[in-house]
Amino acid sequence: MTSELPASLVENPWISTWLTVADDGRIALRVGKVELGQGILTALTQIAAHELDVAPEAVSAAATSTASSPDEGLTAGSLSITFSGAAVRRVCAEARELFRRAAAHKSGLDTAQIRLVSGVFVAPDGSPVGSYADLSGAVDLHVRVGDPSLAVELAPPTSKDLARVDLPDKVMGRARFIHDLEFDGMLHARVVRPPGPGAHLEAAALETISSLPGVEQVVREGDFLAVIARREGQATKAAEALSASASWSAGIELPDPADVEGWLRTSEAETRLIRDDGAEHGDAPVVLSATFARPFIAHASIGPSCAIARYADGLLEVWSHSQGVFTLRNAIAVALDLPAEAVVVQHVEGPGSYGHNAADDAAMDAALLATHAQGRHVRVQWSRGDEFSWEPFGPAMVGDVTASVDESGTITDWSYELWTNGHTARPGYAPHMSLLADAHRAGLPMLPPAVDPPAARGHGSARNAEPYYDFGRVDVTVHRLLTMPIRTSSLRSLGSHLNTFAVESVIDELASATDRDPLQMRLAHLSDPRAREVLNTVAAAADWGAPVPDGHGRGIAFCRYKNRGSYCAVVADVEATDRLHVTRLTIAVDVGRVVNADGVRNQIEGGAIQATSWALFEQVRFDRHAITSIDWESYPIARFGQVPELDIRVVPRPDEPPLGSGEATQGPATAAIGNALADALGVRVRTLPFTTANIVAAINAAG
Amino acid sequence: MLRNDIGDKSPKFGCGLGQCGACFVLIGGRPTPACDTPVEYVRGEVRTLAGLGSPDAPHPVQSAFLELQAGQCGYCISGMIVSAVALLRDNPQPTRAEVSAALDRNLCRCGTHVRFVDAVLAAAGSTRDAPT
Repeated sequence: MTSELPASLVENPWISTWLTVADDGRIALRVGKVELGQGILTALTQIAAHELDVAPEAVSAAATSTASSPDEGLTAGSLSITFSGAAVRRVCAEARELFRRAAAHKSGLDTAQIRLVSGVFVAPDGSPVGSYADLSGAVDLHVRVGDPSLAVELAPPTSKDLARVDLPDKVMGRARFIHDLEFDGMLHARVVRPPGPGAHLEAAALETISSLPGVEQVVREGDFLAVIARREGQATKAAEALSASASWSAGIELPDPADVEGWLRTSEAETRLIRDDGAEHGDAPVVLSATFARPFIAHASIGPSCAIARYADGLLEVWSHSQGVFTLRNAIAVALDLPAEAVVVQHVEGPGSYGHNAADDAAMDAALLATHAQGRHVRVQWSRGDEFSWEPFGPAMVGDVTASVDESGTITDWSYELWTNGHTARPGYAPHMSLLADAHRAGLPMLPPAVDPPAARGHGSARNAEPYYDFGRVDVTVHRLLTMPIRTSSLRSLGSHLNTFAVESVIDELASATDRDPLQMRLAHLSDPRAREVLNTVAAAADWGAPVPDGHGRGIAFCRYKNRGSYCAVVADVEATDRLHVTRLTIAVDVGRVVNADGVRNQIEGGAIQATSWALFEQVRFDRHAITSIDWESYPIARFGQVPELDIRVVPRPDEPPLGSGEATQGPATAAIGNALADALGVRVRTLPFTTANIVAAINAAG
Repeated sequence: MLRNDIGDKSPKFGCGLGQCGACFVLIGGRPTPACDTPVEYVRGEVRTLAGLGSPDAPHPVQSAFLELQAGQCGYCISGMIVSAVALLRDNPQPTRAEVSAALDRNLCRCGTHVRFVDAVLAAAGSTRDAPT
């Protein structure tokens, strides 16, 4: 095989890093991507079993550990199947050929004569030579991939619905999550946070709290304040008392919640031209300008973050539900001035995170506290209020679009200018000071401002800021703020969420201004046949063009995620009475080759419902000093009665590379809902979320 | 109490405020948040997800969740199944709207709602002879 090695194998070239075959036939697979509830371990297990031609039950995919797993970076960006899937496929194919060669050697036959039948290597006459188990002693997997003497042919891909390997534990109530992990003699810690960003600790009753029942230690480093106790209830009580005893300085001033847009437009920022074709909007027959905005949005994981750490004999072990255990390991080592080899981070499943939430921060808290209680396991559990107050949010954004249409109805010029905080501040993107405890220990008023992934990773703020359509001249400018009073980082789909909402809303407005059907307007500007196919598929499935009753509305939207990933088109049906209700989302996706069809559907369903929740309800609230949306009442998310019916069509592309599915729907679902709302009301709402307040404001402004 | 002293990890810590349903257990047959229910106020039998079925004899709702692959991260599943079991005991043949209403106190962040409702409806088809 001559094709280039998958990127993960360039970094981790030893087959033995990925695969162990035991003499009882059990096959251990180690990968660098972590299970987030998206089913990645199931999909990779399926790929491995298929390539090795064994039953999936014979393969077990281990949770990622920095001590033993290949380093595949972050589990993010809907790239796990693309990268890890390709690596696992290649590793398993080469391992299979090494076993085939061993079978040939054992039987005295040529390698080409040996067939593999359901995990058993057989001679041409059908007699078995040996199974993986039988041959395991004769095969050394500690070899590099890419051995040119191996005739490796990848098995033809198949799509299956292998059941999720993690689900039985979760459905039967067995311990599986990091929150369920327990060690003998484990101590329980709680961190006491400042009342708001930048507040400095002036005084606290450290001595008094130290003598409360069960309290082992009160730890203070700068503005970082915590208690460690023998029992969890004792830690909670002591933390409450410690918090009550503490006095803090005023902290920094947060932006005016009534004018976030003004704050975004006027704060110090780094300005980048993403594209500069010299768009002009002088004398075109139709020129449209509009501004789109979204608020800060929380990851709002259903379980607050948790971590466990133990520091003994110079080795710091950390158990975390981070999406990037390798970068977290490095960040913790830097923060605690330890060599990276002295820190091991073991991934344990947690509640869904949807980006960079507080999981890494909790791990740092536990690691720091473990250095104060050497030899003991220290468990840190964040509270719901702390999770909502201190997690890094998806940034607030505001974008201005100007677009021109010529006499023929063709969109000729497009300008987009965006103001936002950066969309990633994950450990690894920042060389240091990426974790909350870093800021609090050092007494910093805020963490360094979030940055953006590079263009090669699909941008951050500018993700999908360039329309995927065939427009003549396109200008895109991004202003990334250089101040971060409200902490931000990556949230599912990054900037694509607002950018797609803006693009897809304006296309609808231009269709309306030129008296064209929104679907036809899109098709007229899309030459990519795969893009056209998802639009045509969703239109047919939803019976696009059918009449819509009064008080209802219908909207369509499209996005190719990152302009290079999966294709997604959505038709939204809404009912707009005293409030907006999304009744149905019809969705067509092209995610390339599908590994696990049910897994793809599950990701699309989840993304669509979460996007509906963002669109209808979600908005981080704050005053001039602190975050005020600190529970599920002040930060409502969609409930069962508010969830739309779903109709999902997956366009089969068995011969195309897999493109990922986790983030495909966020932008187009939001935009389709916005377009449906405009259809129902006759008024366009350009500020998310579509709450009654924002809808009324748009009606009044249009009035 | 349940998680640390008894060691039953099936009810989850979600908010500590009785708002999300992740910690729901059945107390006297009613879905009740374990997080803010003091032990001394408990009257009646307490049943958690882990007490509803075993790998050999899963509760019909558990079987349906597995059959329909109803789960993403799975953190809310414990409370979902507890609410569903209580519903089906009172109303063995619920409509889709009734299932939705019965689960409305349970939050799910991954967006698995449609699958959960489908699974409860599927379980209703086989729940009439269930031992609960």
